[in-house]
Amino acid sequence: MTRKLKKTGLIISLSFLILFLLSATWLLAGGDLLIKNATILTVTGDVIPRGDVLVVNGLIKQIGQNLAAPAGVRIIEANGRYLMPGIIDTHTHIALSGTNEGTDAVTPEVTMAEVVNADDTSIFTALSGGVTMVHTMHGSANVIGGTNVVLKLKWGKPSEQLIVKEAYPTLKFALGENVKQSSGTLLPGRPQRYPATRMGANALIRSELLQARDYMAAWDRYEQLKKSKNPPANLLPPRKDLRLETLADLLRGKLVARCHAYVATEMLEFLNLSREFGFKIGAFEHAWEAYKITNELKAAGVGISVFIDSWAYKMEAAEGIAYNAAYCTKKGLLVSINSDSGERIRRLFNEAGKAVKYGLTRDEALKLITINAAKQLGVDHLVGSIEVGKQADLALFSQHPMSAYTRCEMTIIEGEVYFDREALLKERAAASTKKGDLS
Amino acid sequence: MKLTIRTAQALLKNKNQLFFAAILLSLTLLSPCFSLAQQPAAQAQKDSEIIAIIGAKIVPVTGPVIESGSILIKNGRIADLGAKVSIPANARVIEAKGLTAYPGMIDSYSWLGLEEISGVRATVDNRETGRINPQVKAIEALRYDSMHIPIARANGIVAAVVAPSGGLISGQSTLVKLDGWTNREMVVKESLAMMIELPAIRRSRGGFSGFGRQQPQVTTEKTLDELRQVFKKARMYEKRREAARQNILLPLPDFDEASQSLLPVVKGELPVIFSVHADKDILQTIKFVQEEKIKAIFYGVEQGFKVAKEIKEAGIPCLMVSLYSLPPVWEDGYDALFLNPVILNQAGVKIAFSSSSASAAKDLPYQAAKAAAFGLKPEEALKAVTIYPAEIFGVDKLMGSLEPGKLANIVLADGDLLELGTKIQKVFIEGREVSLENRYTELLEKFEQRDKKE
Repeated sequence: MTRKLKKTGLIISLSFLILFLLSATWLLAGGDLLIKNATILTVTGDVIPRGDVLVVNGLIKQIGQNLAAPAGVRIIEANGRYLMPGIIDTHTHIALSGTNEGTDAVTPEVTMAEVVNADDTSIFTALSGGVTMVHTMHGSANVIGGTNVVLKLKWGKPSEQLIVKEAYPTLKFALGENVKQSSGTLLPGRPQRYPATRMGANALIRSELLQARDYMAAWDRYEQLKKSKNPPANLLPPRKDLRLETLADLLRGKLVARCHAYVATEMLEFLNLSREFGFKIGAFEHAWEAYKITNELKAAGVGISVFIDSWAYKMEAAEGIAYNAAYCTKKGLLVSINSDSGERIRRLFNEAGKAVKYGLTRDEALKLITINAAKQLGVDHLVGSIEVGKQADLALFSQHPMSAYTRCEMTIIEGEVYFDREALLKERAAASTKKGDLS
Repeated sequence: MKLTIRTAQALLKNKNQLFFAAILLSLTLLSPCFSLAQQPAAQAQKDSEIIAIIGAKIVPVTGPVIESGSILIKNGRIADLGAKVSIPANARVIEAKGLTAYPGMIDSYSWLGLEEISGVRATVDNRETGRINPQVKAIEALRYDSMHIPIARANGIVAAVVAPSGGLISGQSTLVKLDGWTNREMVVKESLAMMIELPAIRRSRGGFSGFGRQQPQVTTEKTLDELRQVFKKARMYEKRREAARQNILLPLPDFDEASQSLLPVVKGELPVIFSVHADKDILQTIKFVQEEKIKAIFYGVEQGFKVAKEIKEAGIPCLMVSLYSLPPVWEDGYDALFLNPVILNQAGVKIAFSSSSASAAKDLPYQAAKAAAFGLKPEEALKAVTIYPAEIFGVDKLMGSLEPGKLANIVLADGDLLELGTKIQKVFIEGREVSLENRYTELLEKFEQRDKKE
């Protein structure tokens, strides 16, 4: 009996080992590819009118003309079509099985990395528009939300393999109408949640950060006493508080704030808070009135992650002008265009393309969804441009990606093809001839 | 009296709305940027002015492209156009070398003037309460100085269908030009069509988020049965009124608002724009239209590609819903909405694109280009925002192409009209050069001033 059990146990653990090894090979190896005859939009360097990109183990090994593929390596013939770095969306809520912990105005203890849903079809939708990386965030229902997560859209892989550990750890803040809850109807008998004004939102952030300071001081005092020669006999550590722990990390500089803000005043006041407490702001999200305060933002070195022209859906978005992204770029701010939507994400390249109408060149517009986004997420040393040594996250387009007439043909992450329109059409044709065949 | 009390009560009940109305009002009064750009362009220019646009590339849409030519505008209409046009000495000459002249675009479904800020109810007028509202008319609520209109105009859109939505019978849409000092000055067709909304496709998406969210839904079959009854009632109502008119001894039937408003529809005078979506629902609606002998246009038509042949045979034109949405059925493929206009067009169905929006009405050209990216011929894409909607709405003698005799609705662009980076240089509506200033440009200029000072 026991022997039998042992045997089954052995078999089970062996199969686990095999599974582990299999998944480990996934972890290690990126793909190998040779993309030939592409118009290469490197983003950080010159456009290469007709060139090849060799990918080995998921990294860009070589960029040039007439490159030869090592034996067995798949060759993709681009035929002059446009190859760009994979698109990076700096503000989404896709691939999550929860967005808002909105029951309380302050919830920094929740973390989006724990609710990644790799089965969300939005991942495929995003891939179909050339998107390879997303900053998927806690919602804006509360003043201090949770920590966000950066994912690579490796459709079909388990959640853990999507998470980009090298990216900045970020904490979501939100200001304005959403946190005031001014758009919803109050249910009878249900009290209005604090804060209900912009004053309250700021006051709340300040008092939370003051508490976090006290919390850090309490721990410092405890550590000091513990290390002292004669620690008091009744010395007890302070109570662990996950909420304050996260805020302490923000104050220690281990977390970067990403703040949802629309109007100029709330951005300026959040800049003041960051000076008061010495924390870092990664970017303002939406930032519809950034064009009004470019000097202040520039001086603070804070960039913006914005829509190109989705506006007038709320009072605070009523002065959101389509020139915002282009104007702020020209004023020297680091700007990225985000989707904040499981639908808009697949045409983020069209959104960036509109910036050309409002004053940028095509090359500048392209940066809004590639290298600028990578910089805002702290991954520009890995992705965001086509350079030797960077990860081979790439997207192939039928025409210039900033043209209205273009279409995404192929999306590649670390040398592996995750979206291939041609292959998809073939599959579709085969499926339609097999209709009704259930075997 | 009763009505005023009710209104006051409604206002008191919703202090929130009152608050927003107050904010809006004060914004309108205080901020010059809110009002300036909304001025229509009728301005000082006289309608009798003769304008000559010379040296432009001309894309008439209904005829071959003229690489370099002139357009002569007289009395608000195109008097002449071609490679060689004699220009009268008193004409105001507009040198348009390097620019391309197109007919102004027509948005075939929008909420322009009915919705300012979608999240602020005080500014939203496109959705009446209740299910059957054939009596409501978009033109009677249209805010002619909407901030969205000059923005659309500055993108080359010169006319738009403005439609009520929601419920089953949403009301009467209107066709307006995007210029005028009042709502009535904008009218091209005061009552364009009755808007009827059939049930949407029940969304069930893959992944966890799709589970447990399906709601019971009224079928299109049942909804069409309901419509049959409503139409039948209207016909009976008309019969009884007619009988009473003939015979003074017969009593007039009780006034019935819905039946009264539906008379032009059941008589086949006023077309119906049906929002219809799934393939099977489209087929049922075709049958309904034929049985009821009404004029019909389809809107939405997300699964039209599956029944393109049947739609073509029925001769019903289709207005595309905004392509800025996901296909309602995952199995149709990620690109179903992009391919839909391509397949319908190839089957010979007359199509037109729409913004289905107020704040994104300016994106109409990009809607057309999106379909072109997936295989629609660029010339067809252009037609589907110009001459095709004009034909569908019966105004092709007035607009939709550059031809002598038509209204001078002309756009001068520095590149391809449907391209994202293209800048529109001049827009003429009925021969008047209209202002391209708008809320975007005004706010930009205002804060550029700040940056210049510092």
